[in-house]
Amino acid sequence: MTYLTDDQIVKEEVIRKPLVTGAYDFKQLTNVVSKPVESKPPSWWLIGLVCSLSLLLLLKAMLVYLVWEGVGVWGLNNPVGWGFAIVNFVFWVGIGHAGTLISAILFLFRQKWRTAINRFAEAMTIFAVMAAGIFPAFHIGRVWVAYWLFPIPNSMAMWPNFRSPLLWDVFAVSTYFTVSLLFWYVGLIPDIAMIRDRAKSKIKAKVYGIFALGWRGANRHWQHYEKAYLILAALATPLVLSVHSIVSFDFAVSQLPGWHTTIFPPYFVAGAIFSGFSMVVTLMVLARILFKMENIMTIHHLECMNKIILATGMMVGYAYGMEFFMAWYSAYEYEAFAFINRAFGPYSWAYWIMISCNVISPQLFWSKKCRTSIPIMFIVSIFVNIGMWFERFVITVTSLHRDFLPSSWGYYSPTWVDVCTFIGSFGLFFTMFLLFLKFLPMIAIFEVKAVLPEANPHPEDH
Amino acid sequence: MEQEQEKESNNKYIFPKWSNSIPKLIMLLVLGGLSSIVFVFWFWFSPKNLEVGYEPEQPIPYSHKLHVGELGIDCRYCHTNVEDVSHANIPSTDTCMNCHSVIKTDSEHIKKLKKSYDTGEPIPWVNVHMLPEYSYFNHSRHVNSGVGCVSCHGRIDQMEVVRQVESLSMSWCLECHREPAKNIRPLDKITDMEWVAEDPIALGENLIKEYHVNPKENCSTCHR
Repeated sequence: MTYLTDDQIVKEEVIRKPLVTGAYDFKQLTNVVSKPVESKPPSWWLIGLVCSLSLLLLLKAMLVYLVWEGVGVWGLNNPVGWGFAIVNFVFWVGIGHAGTLISAILFLFRQKWRTAINRFAEAMTIFAVMAAGIFPAFHIGRVWVAYWLFPIPNSMAMWPNFRSPLLWDVFAVSTYFTVSLLFWYVGLIPDIAMIRDRAKSKIKAKVYGIFALGWRGANRHWQHYEKAYLILAALATPLVLSVHSIVSFDFAVSQLPGWHTTIFPPYFVAGAIFSGFSMVVTLMVLARILFKMENIMTIHHLECMNKIILATGMMVGYAYGMEFFMAWYSAYEYEAFAFINRAFGPYSWAYWIMISCNVISPQLFWSKKCRTSIPIMFIVSIFVNIGMWFERFVITVTSLHRDFLPSSWGYYSPTWVDVCTFIGSFGLFFTMFLLFLKFLPMIAIFEVKAVLPEANPHPEDH
Repeated sequence: MEQEQEKESNNKYIFPKWSNSIPKLIMLLVLGGLSSIVFVFWFWFSPKNLEVGYEPEQPIPYSHKLHVGELGIDCRYCHTNVEDVSHANIPSTDTCMNCHSVIKTDSEHIKKLKKSYDTGEPIPWVNVHMLPEYSYFNHSRHVNSGVGCVSCHGRIDQMEVVRQVESLSMSWCLECHREPAKNIRPLDKITDMEWVAEDPIALGENLIKEYHVNPKENCSTCHR
């Protein structure tokens, strides 16, 4: 038996890529990241805000129209009772998975590259979950009695049906939202305090001061902070897996061929991470150029993200294949019909959009050149977003539109209200996101400082 | 000098010292606020509080106490179709005139009755027990299963003016649909306001079998 000496161990250590390029010191880093918060918004930001506010207005108008007229203005009818609302809900919740995965799971795994992107991704998560929540809330038809979903004593002796996966969903998503929001906010406190301390005007200092909760950066503050952040990360980690598993139960617990599948929970979670990471890449590619933060959100970060997109894309592709295998292997004719109908039936166009966007387009990331090319990753990430929306459309609509009896066959088409509501939900998402970019530091400054070379002046000492 | 120093050190901070208690206060207000909203709706806005005791003034002060309690007229003499159809009818003026064409004809109120009889203009009686339109209720189904009038309408025979005594809320309906035994009585005692079984539960259990009482609890039983 031979043991390695300490010298040998040090020599064998992997040389990691620098996480921040451009040789910033602490002060410069703070200046770069807090610049958007402290200076006048650029004109592209204002134009973007006006556009997304108009879309938000469209969303509001559509929802008011829906409540006024009733759910008949959506394209739902027998046999397709779940249409755009459920598709959009799963789409947005899926996007809301990347943030917490990056911040919690990568934190527990000590992945230091998360520092530059975790706040950004978490903000995206929170806004995506907000956009998601709208759809099931209005899909129940009478949104003013949405409180029936919660166990509140009432004179109707009505109690939520705890055996229904739809109710599990309510609790899963609201728990996820609460924990994500807390996690995001706790991580923001030291940076909000920094903005407060740098504020030039008294009002700004007060407003940021309220949200900084009296943070002074004392040693004891940091000790409590580190503990709280670790605990929240540990709480959030199982949620990343549970939320989309439970979303998949909405389908998997039913007995419909095409939905009643045991592969759904892991397949949905992989798909959610896949779509969430793509959305982060889409937004990050734009933000790092527009805010000139290429040295903090480096190509290395994007490459790491793209690797995860490739991996989860392969998992999703495997699940698509396995569904067909099981349809054949089960020797159950209705299951087989559901899948053949999916690929070659009236909705085959949606199916093949899904396959080409989700399975074929990420294969480009096998090549390092594509993985590190900004235009290619931007296009692929948009493709993946489109593909993942179609995945939910395919699962929801194709499984429903041909019931067991040919007399109950139909073809679902969304109405203009469906389409405008979906487009409007992007208004909500981007309005929130643009406000976040302007009013909060989009990068966890104190965390990035900890991965600067200066933070570790004696790397040889262990 | 000391005071000045203190003032200066206070100026360094954005917020005064008392603001430390605000987060706790907010937490308390949110928790207290939410639970009191639930409590207010659950307690004060419940039909038990809002509906019970509704006692509208009727166009003619017809006394159930006199007609039922003292004179002993059966409910079905006036509410004729309660055993046959879903809606228990309010009698037409003709029914009143069976007796009042000769009894107490000089009374102010009976003159109103006479006028309605002559002109054919019905008396605008005020509805006391109101069910929402989205709930289906069938009187005959209940009466023929052994649910007595008194179970839902209370001691009408003692009321000068008819008053709502039960909440008619969904939970009140369900209470009986889940445990019907205590409200099931022999069919010949349906309109008897005074009759009380010696052991209502035991009798009810037997009658449930005899009358094949099988109250449903699914949504579409009442919301069709």
